[in-house]
Amino acid sequence: MTTTATTDTPALALTGIAKAFGPVQAIRDASLTVARGEIHALVGENGAGKSTLMRIIAGMFTPDAGQALVDGRDVTGWDTNAAIAAGVGMVHQHFMLVPTLTVAENVMLGRELTKGWQLDRAAAEAAVRALCQTTGLVVDPTRTVADLSVGEAQRVEILKVLFRGAKLLILDEPTAVLSPPEVLELWRVLRTLRANGDTVVLITHKLDEVIDISDTITVMRAGRTVGRMATAGTTPSDIARAMVGRDVTLAQRVDTGVIVPANSAPRLEVRDLTVRGTSRARAVDQLSFTVEAGEIFGIAGVEGNGQTELIEALAGLRPADSGSIRMDGHDITHDGVAERTAQGLAHVPEDRHLRGLVLDYSIADNLILGRQQQYAGRLSIDAERVSANCVAQVQAFDIRPPNGDLPSRALSGGNQQKIVIARELGGERWPSVILAAQPTRGVDVGAIEFIHARLRAARDSGAGIVLVSADLTEVLALSTRVAVMYGGRIVTVIPGDEATPEVLGGWMTGATREGAA
Amino acid sequence: MSTTQRFSWEESLLPPAMALAIAMVVGDLLILAFGASPGHIFGMLLEGTWGNAYGIGQTLYKATTLTCTGLAVAIPLRAGLFNIGAESQLAAGGFATALAMLALPAGVPWPLAALIGVVAAALGGGLVGAIPGALRAKFGASEVIVTIMLNFVVLAFLNWVVAAKIHVPESLHTPEIASGMVPRFADFSATFRGSAANLSIVLVLGLAAAAWWYLFRTTAGYELRAVGLQPAAAENGGVRLGRTWFRALTLGGALAGIGGVNYVLGYKHYYEEGFGTGSGYLGIAVALVGRNHPAGVVLAALLFATLSQGGLAVNAVVPKQLMEVLQAVVILAVAICVPEVRRVLRNSAKAVA
Repeated sequence: MTTTATTDTPALALTGIAKAFGPVQAIRDASLTVARGEIHALVGENGAGKSTLMRIIAGMFTPDAGQALVDGRDVTGWDTNAAIAAGVGMVHQHFMLVPTLTVAENVMLGRELTKGWQLDRAAAEAAVRALCQTTGLVVDPTRTVADLSVGEAQRVEILKVLFRGAKLLILDEPTAVLSPPEVLELWRVLRTLRANGDTVVLITHKLDEVIDISDTITVMRAGRTVGRMATAGTTPSDIARAMVGRDVTLAQRVDTGVIVPANSAPRLEVRDLTVRGTSRARAVDQLSFTVEAGEIFGIAGVEGNGQTELIEALAGLRPADSGSIRMDGHDITHDGVAERTAQGLAHVPEDRHLRGLVLDYSIADNLILGRQQQYAGRLSIDAERVSANCVAQVQAFDIRPPNGDLPSRALSGGNQQKIVIARELGGERWPSVILAAQPTRGVDVGAIEFIHARLRAARDSGAGIVLVSADLTEVLALSTRVAVMYGGRIVTVIPGDEATPEVLGGWMTGATREGAA
Repeated sequence: MSTTQRFSWEESLLPPAMALAIAMVVGDLLILAFGASPGHIFGMLLEGTWGNAYGIGQTLYKATTLTCTGLAVAIPLRAGLFNIGAESQLAAGGFATALAMLALPAGVPWPLAALIGVVAAALGGGLVGAIPGALRAKFGASEVIVTIMLNFVVLAFLNWVVAAKIHVPESLHTPEIASGMVPRFADFSATFRGSAANLSIVLVLGLAAAAWWYLFRTTAGYELRAVGLQPAAAENGGVRLGRTWFRALTLGGALAGIGGVNYVLGYKHYYEEGFGTGSGYLGIAVALVGRNHPAGVVLAALLFATLSQGGLAVNAVVPKQLMEVLQAVVILAVAICVPEVRRVLRNSAKAVA
């Protein structure tokens, strides 16, 4: 604990907080002190209880035990309205904006400015402009939210919270959807807010961000706050050790492999592939690339530039409008998912809650999803083989809790992802081609290390891997070659050892263009 | 493991139990409103249904049909589809089995004839179920709308065929069949005399067991349930959604169709316009109260059959429509209490919009 200023009451002080959801003890004994006017990072593995703790502060949950003080006032168990009134505002990971309304209308939603019986749009726009002035957030208040980029939408979320008079801002994983320049922009805004005397609590699991922006760090592990440190003088390894409770290899140690010139066909060969997106006709636009055996082909890019559609087309989930896909020399363009799987394609989908797992199915049942035909007995699924497979995989991939009968929904994000990884990469044979989309999103540090090791092992065994990740650190740590996707095209391909965030950042935002650079 | 086991038991049994409790309370109030004593009325109801052989027979007969239509709704629901067409699938099954029996030469031994009749019923009902299945799979047409509309089309068509082509003069039914009659309970024990109960119930209980096996033990059932729970994940697991939807609705239609055997082969020995009116729609309630589990469907079918037969037993004291109101209350209470009902309603609202 700090020994500074006794006259200055902390903006936020939590002591002995506990919260259970049914049989799950989300938080056991959490204490957190945030000084006024600081940027405080709350870090921890997924499922450590960070978001739950912050939701208690925002009035969304009532704690089972413990005390919460805001500006020295006991606010334990208050509701969201009281929290907003007291100046506590939460910027959620998933945006809660009305896409058809303008920025100004969204900002004042729930606290509308009126003139007589009418909405006072002009006043709202003026208020938003004034807020933009003081904070450095740049958004045009008259634009429709549907037209905004993800980074801009996030600024609207922050404006919304500030408009309601928040002095204590809680940001839940704000950089997950941002490109590197947008992250820097966000940091600038947060520093301005700090200079204005506001307090910021930042939930994250990206350690470099913590070092970049925060003043103080609180680490959570398994529902407990296990450490509090000043950022100055702390290294990422220190934080990682506190988060996991042991030494871990951070992704910084780069091992990107080398391409061995092969005399066989490339693992994956994509020619002039065009794919229709949900909202855009050419989400993937005449795209070509090849992935050799023993290579990790990393695709960087701001989300929404066609990566999702590309991976879905490669996996067989989305039809190709034109172009061809060949795997090990065979044309698979018109094959279904099951045929591709049978020919050696593995797919770690970007959204495990949507595509990766049937959440209500048990761990054992999820471990055979996509391979269920191999487990067919004469009249029924061969339950013995299913459970033998489960026992083996749960042990090999350290899935916890090690009980194959539990529904996957009951597991933490990291363990859920391990189920997907075990299923896709844990078979008796290595796959030919692995599509790994956001393989470590929302996964804790320990599991990241494990998943990266597994991908490298697959690479070394001769698989061709396509890696899509919003996390540049990850792309750089793993990729033999890095491609950047922008507007549905691959705008550049750079050897892994020459790629840096600075170089890629320009391509990702479209600032660097072919011929111009 | 015992804690999670208990948890899931509670989770699956509590909502329907709550719904029944609510329905009981409302039923009591209604009976009181008619100036009768609830204890007396429920006593009469039980006496008239489970208190004598005839009552038992009638209740089991009704429960047999309802089990079929309940399964017809439950299996597509497991695949995330709302089958509202059991009404016409049941009629089509009954009609098909009657036609098959009329076409069969006399003298075919009854087990063989009955088997042919069951297959015909399954084909008839399955055909009516396959249409919305195919439209859903090919064009994404809402199965809710298609099955509702098909009810009108199919019932009108069958009425026309019967009235215009093959009815017995002065009636709305086909000629009596000559073979394939399924023995009634009354053939074995005189106490069941007059009741419609017949051996179809054995077949239907077997079908419920088979449905359970299919859903929870086979690869196809594994895929079907995955499609219902998370279509995107199932698709990613190599399951073809369209094929699974088609299969689920066809299977549901076939099960509803087999319900026609109960009436045509087991009871009246002819197809008659409107023989199962209401049973198809009641199948929705049966599936929901039974929580889409074949064992639950059997129990729920018994419950609704009891209420429906019980209405006749209490008719002397309170109007028998009271029991229909009570069924409606059970359905409403289930709609409020059972989580998957809310989910299905939300999803179908989305699909329609």
